[in-house]
Amino acid sequence: MNRAQQIGEVVLSVEGVSLAFGGVKALQEVSFDVREHEIRAIIGPNGAGKSSMLNVINGVYHPQQGAIRLRGNGAWQEFHDMDSHEAASLGIARTFQNIALFKGMTVLDNVLTGRNLKMRCSFLEQAIWVGRARREELEHRRAVEEVIDFLEIQHIRKTPVGKLPYGLQKRVELARALAAEPRLLLLDEPMAGMNLEEKQDMCRFVLEVNDHYGTTIVLIEHDMGVVMDISDRVVVLDYGRKIADGTPDEVRANQAVIDAYLGVAH
Amino acid sequence: MSIDIGTHDTFPKLLLHHALVRGALPAIREKDLGIWQTWTWKHFADEVRALACGLAEQGFRRGDHLALVGDNRPRIYAAMCAAQCLGGIPVPLYQDAVATEMAFPIQNAEIAYAVAEDQEQVDKLLEILPQCPSLKHHYYDEARGMRHYKQPQLASYDSLLQLGRESLARDPAFLEGEIAKGSGSDTAAMFFTSGTTGNPKGVVLTHIALIDRARAAAEMEGITDRDVVLAYLPPAWVGQNIFSYAQPFVTGYCICCPESAETVMIDMREIGPTYYFAPPRVLEALLTQVSIRMEDADRVSRFFYRTFMGIAGRVGGAILEGKPVGVVDRLLYWLGDLFTYGPLRNVLGMSRVRVAYTAGEAIGPDLFRFYRSIGINLKQLYGSTETSVFVCIQPDGQVKSDTVGPAVPGVELKFTPERELLIRSPGLFKEYYKNPQATMEAKDREGWFHTGDAGYFDADGHVKIIDRVKDVGKLADGTLFAPKYLENKLKFFPYIKEAVAFGHGRDRVCVFINFDFDAVANWAERRNMPYTGYIDLASREEVLSLVRECIERVNADLAGEPEIANSQIRRFLILHKELDADDGELTRTRKVRRAFIADRYRTLLDALYGGKDSVHVEMQVKYEDGRTGMLAADLAIRDAKTFAPEAAKRAA
Repeated sequence: MNRAQQIGEVVLSVEGVSLAFGGVKALQEVSFDVREHEIRAIIGPNGAGKSSMLNVINGVYHPQQGAIRLRGNGAWQEFHDMDSHEAASLGIARTFQNIALFKGMTVLDNVLTGRNLKMRCSFLEQAIWVGRARREELEHRRAVEEVIDFLEIQHIRKTPVGKLPYGLQKRVELARALAAEPRLLLLDEPMAGMNLEEKQDMCRFVLEVNDHYGTTIVLIEHDMGVVMDISDRVVVLDYGRKIADGTPDEVRANQAVIDAYLGVAH
Repeated sequence: MSIDIGTHDTFPKLLLHHALVRGALPAIREKDLGIWQTWTWKHFADEVRALACGLAEQGFRRGDHLALVGDNRPRIYAAMCAAQCLGGIPVPLYQDAVATEMAFPIQNAEIAYAVAEDQEQVDKLLEILPQCPSLKHHYYDEARGMRHYKQPQLASYDSLLQLGRESLARDPAFLEGEIAKGSGSDTAAMFFTSGTTGNPKGVVLTHIALIDRARAAAEMEGITDRDVVLAYLPPAWVGQNIFSYAQPFVTGYCICCPESAETVMIDMREIGPTYYFAPPRVLEALLTQVSIRMEDADRVSRFFYRTFMGIAGRVGGAILEGKPVGVVDRLLYWLGDLFTYGPLRNVLGMSRVRVAYTAGEAIGPDLFRFYRSIGINLKQLYGSTETSVFVCIQPDGQVKSDTVGPAVPGVELKFTPERELLIRSPGLFKEYYKNPQATMEAKDREGWFHTGDAGYFDADGHVKIIDRVKDVGKLADGTLFAPKYLENKLKFFPYIKEAVAFGHGRDRVCVFINFDFDAVANWAERRNMPYTGYIDLASREEVLSLVRECIERVNADLAGEPEIANSQIRRFLILHKELDADDGELTRTRKVRRAFIADRYRTLLDALYGGKDSVHVEMQVKYEDGRTGMLAADLAIRDAKTFAPEAAKRAA
């Protein structure tokens, strides 16, 4: 089965979203969609509104206009704005541009926090370790270990995150997002600040996550080589507007994109 | 413990024996999803039976070779035994070798069947498929990433196992018969030697050779089925294979497979092996880690460490050997054990180690004494692939840092006039595969194996090895020149990682140096020296002096040895890159390939001997992902002080 056949129906559609902070228009009438199982990249120069877009999708920011439609179990749900808690329970997980892990906690504990929403037992049950608590804990630990194995971070399982080099912290963040078993994974610059080898590893992991778990991925990335290599379709933002949308080859040839990146003479 | 070798003369027979006698005891452990999972001997035997039947279904016949490509995994060892059940010959290959290096063994033995650990190894096998048309069946253990592979040669290990289970249910007698057909004189396995020159050679070892040697050593050390070993070195190296396959099959002890190469230290602590084997470089890396961490520790800990290590250095070795030691020292050592040595052994994962060996290359006296002084019974071992490892072992109470000990029972040793060590032993190899010429050169008519190692017996009858016979050369003035001996002396300094000495046929000795990046980087940081990387450090005057001091101390040492006093090191340079097996500069077991290096760095060598004080170098390097790049640097060349021979001084 080739990639084109694997990619399914639209699962997320962003329709006419506008977001402003006071007078600053971060996003203006942006619309695009994401298909099931695809790797969708959002690119654009600094300040184009890429991170804002992700923040709108998972409910950190609330847009003034527009709608987000999400498909789950065959039915469409429409939101004017998303609540981040709701987004997570709908199967959206993300990583952050500036790593947002608990630095004093071990890798294992950090990844376990990704299972938070899947915990069913009550506070009391956990406190005195009865009933479902024990069974659930084992189940979650197993899920976490599978992610740890998948991302090849066994050797740092018990290491506090703050002691790890940057590239590995990024990988731990991905692990935490994966532990939530998301349908839709939002990656905010997963390769920023990495060296070549770390980037290659990360690309491999992103592709494997997409392939193995069937996760739909939306990623923001500055490294054009990476974007062009791994994404199926690319949205280009500039000054909060969508200026192009299409396959990597189409986007690469688009004059508006070239102008946005290189600037045009006035 | 004693097993009748007469009836249990092959590994499959031994396996069935263990499954019967100690079926419920652990045979092999592997950490999976963070939890140690155990295969008992019974489980192991069941797995092997099914796998062997699966292989038979796939057309694997007596005398066929099975390539094993992977790290230490229960399933790799099960495959090894399964091939032996059918009278086949397992050929373990180095899992970190690049694809092209794997082609030769596979072509040489016309291997048709291979068991690979995971996608990475499968990729390599597929890459060499055009050069190795014989390769028809690949079985992979780890299914991850394999979903889109549609090659007809590929099948999963699980499918093979399933096939075997069905076949076993249909005809349970078949395999019994196949196992019974095997005899001790059959070939048990073939190991490819790293090959310092030319193509590697396939060393053919019989069941009885491996079993006899494994048993002799186990009896000497009192190894039983209660012992535990961590299998963390490449299984393709006989030095790992003998401890993780032959010896457990003889004694019934349990081996543990680490989760990954990076987790070895953690796994070691969790398992607490009782029987341990490590080449000097591993021991050295551990000590370097300890030293670096101690330097960063708080004052109190540093004080304890310094004080008690001083005491251990003075009396620790003697206490371990059971020699008389004063009451006060004993008390101090006991305190030290409580506060420092005990916790340190625990951190190293060596709390339960009863017997530890080091072998493969010379070990630095300081390094060796360190481990013994903190109460770890580290001993030296001598052997090679051709001798089923065990030739010499230092018995308890007769341990020295500069010898490898007397012969293990059953082994005869002698030296030729050229000082080459010859060995006759029941553990000797049968032949080099398809290479009668090499076999004849190595094993003479009377059955003596020519090791190629030069050395002599010391006063206590221990063997002392100094270098390879072919590498021992002469300087222009006729002085004996043993490059390895010099290199080892240099490498014993924590700051020096590799050294390559030149001098044969020349008027003086010069060396290339690779410093140990971790150690020197730490040293630089403590001096607040900013640096960007290896090359930057290599050009620093401070680092050059650091290296020079090490060389001068070696020279002072050499001055005391009349025969080689003239081979003191006159000049040196620090190489701009670390020597690497991927570039062919080291063998897979990390021995320097001197001739290759001399050829590759011809300009540097000429500059060393040409009297220049710096040299410009530009070269192509291969990165791990296969891309190439250019590297340019200016290397400084420095002189080192030499010392007048002590003999001459005394005469004057």
